[in-house]
Amino acid sequence: MARYVLRFGALAYLALLLLVPVGLVFYRAFEHGFGHAWDAVSSHQAVHALELTLLIAAIAVPANTIFGIVLALALVRTRFPGRGLVNAVVDLPLALSPVVVGLALFLLYGRGGWLGGLAGHGIKILFALPGMVLATMFVSLPFVVREVVPVLREIGTDQEQAAETLGASPLQVFRRITFPAIRWAVAYGVVLTTARAIGEFGAVSVVSGRIEGKTETLPLYVQSRFEGFDTPGAYAASVVLALIAIATVVGLRAFHPREETG
Amino acid sequence: MAADAVVLERPRTAVSGAALGKGVATGYLSLVVLLPLAALVWSARGGDFWDQATRPEAVAALKLTLAVAAVCALVNAVAGTAIAWTLVRDRFPGKGIVDALIDLPFALPTIVAGLTLLALYGPGGPFGINVAFTRTALLLALLFVTLPFVVRAVQPVLLELDTEMEEAAASLGARPLAVFRRIVFPNLLPAILSGVALAFARAVGEFGAVVLISGNLPFKTEVASVYIFGQLQSGNESGAAAVSVLLLAISLAVLLAIGAFRRWRTRHDG
Repeated sequence: MARYVLRFGALAYLALLLLVPVGLVFYRAFEHGFGHAWDAVSSHQAVHALELTLLIAAIAVPANTIFGIVLALALVRTRFPGRGLVNAVVDLPLALSPVVVGLALFLLYGRGGWLGGLAGHGIKILFALPGMVLATMFVSLPFVVREVVPVLREIGTDQEQAAETLGASPLQVFRRITFPAIRWAVAYGVVLTTARAIGEFGAVSVVSGRIEGKTETLPLYVQSRFEGFDTPGAYAASVVLALIAIATVVGLRAFHPREETG
Repeated sequence: MAADAVVLERPRTAVSGAALGKGVATGYLSLVVLLPLAALVWSARGGDFWDQATRPEAVAALKLTLAVAAVCALVNAVAGTAIAWTLVRDRFPGKGIVDALIDLPFALPTIVAGLTLLALYGPGGPFGINVAFTRTALLLALLFVTLPFVVRAVQPVLLELDTEMEEAAASLGARPLAVFRRIVFPNLLPAILSGVALAFARAVGEFGAVVLISGNLPFKTEVASVYIFGQLQSGNESGAAAVSVLLLAISLAVLLAIGAFRRWRTRHDG
């Protein structure tokens, strides 16, 4: 009996909080017909916003993947003073408000900031692509590191040491032994990083200046459409983002370590 | 001789490779994360930090943020544990889909999360419920984005937990509630606390999901992140920086707490 009460309660909670609201956005987007929704997302401004969002992800995700693997290796395989601090800093973007991230970048690269002089030399960071990429890199930094660290710990160094004694170079050891062992964790981390990079709102909102048709990403476009009383446009763009999110969830299932399905 | 030279050479390249890795890793982290945060703390220093942090609007926003995040964390502790239990111990058709659904708030852009809730619980919603621009709406938005934390923290621990002890207790006459309270709950507690702490931190900092649905009314539904954004828009950079430094301090405190819960859990495992 208690089992059924719990099951019903858990499923009702999920339905009211997640499933029905997301379903309703799909319904609202298509209630005036598919053609209407298509027109809304194929407008010049919406297409530009989507392209910009994907471009930022295409820069931030590979950067965080490569440096994420290097960071994870440094955290697990080496000991150095300040390792505990590095460990804490890696987690910080998970616990910090994206608006604070945006403000920090704004103060660093803005007028009077330590690196504010860059703008005078023609290197525009704020209200331009570099600032938006930096903000996205900040907020999506932990995911690859956090997925790879436990796997590295678990596999240990026996095989790596064996390969090394047999004459393999460090690069060969990584390519032939370490990477094959961590690749699924990397893939999982990449999916999470991509989802975060595409959906980022707060940090990008602060540093982008939100110039329509120039520095507006798809999540920013959703807000500006909604606030401009173009709700169908906002719903249609939301559906595009929700489809990317659903693809992410499916990707996570595919890459997830199998033990959780037990 | 030649063999000696090779043996001597190899560790050296490995060491320099590791040193390079450390250098690159800490350099990247410093440039992307530490330098901006240092600039933030630097900007907030000075005489008017306290004046800015104690402005009535700032204090109201901070108080509301902490209160709503605390309620959100509590609801998550109960609902998240119940969902994790249902997903691990219960069997029903479609369980795999429900399990996958839990990750949706991680994957869905926060602004879309806010918009979906507004569509259902805002003006013109199909159930005739309109909580837009109230604190209830704020809580709903935070519950949406923080849903996965407790579930995903508790699930693996519950999977690993042997049912033998529970069966033994049940066979000795313990009621289901007593079994949960005396056996299951103490084992899950470190995981629940880690999940709750992450959910709390996320709720304190959330911006995208609340910006549409809360209405951002000062002293009523304006949370700290929205306040910071507003101050920056109106040119009060030191006011935005002051409250940001406080949020940064809260985040650091939560991370320290999570580290402590994690050590507690490993001690229990050992």
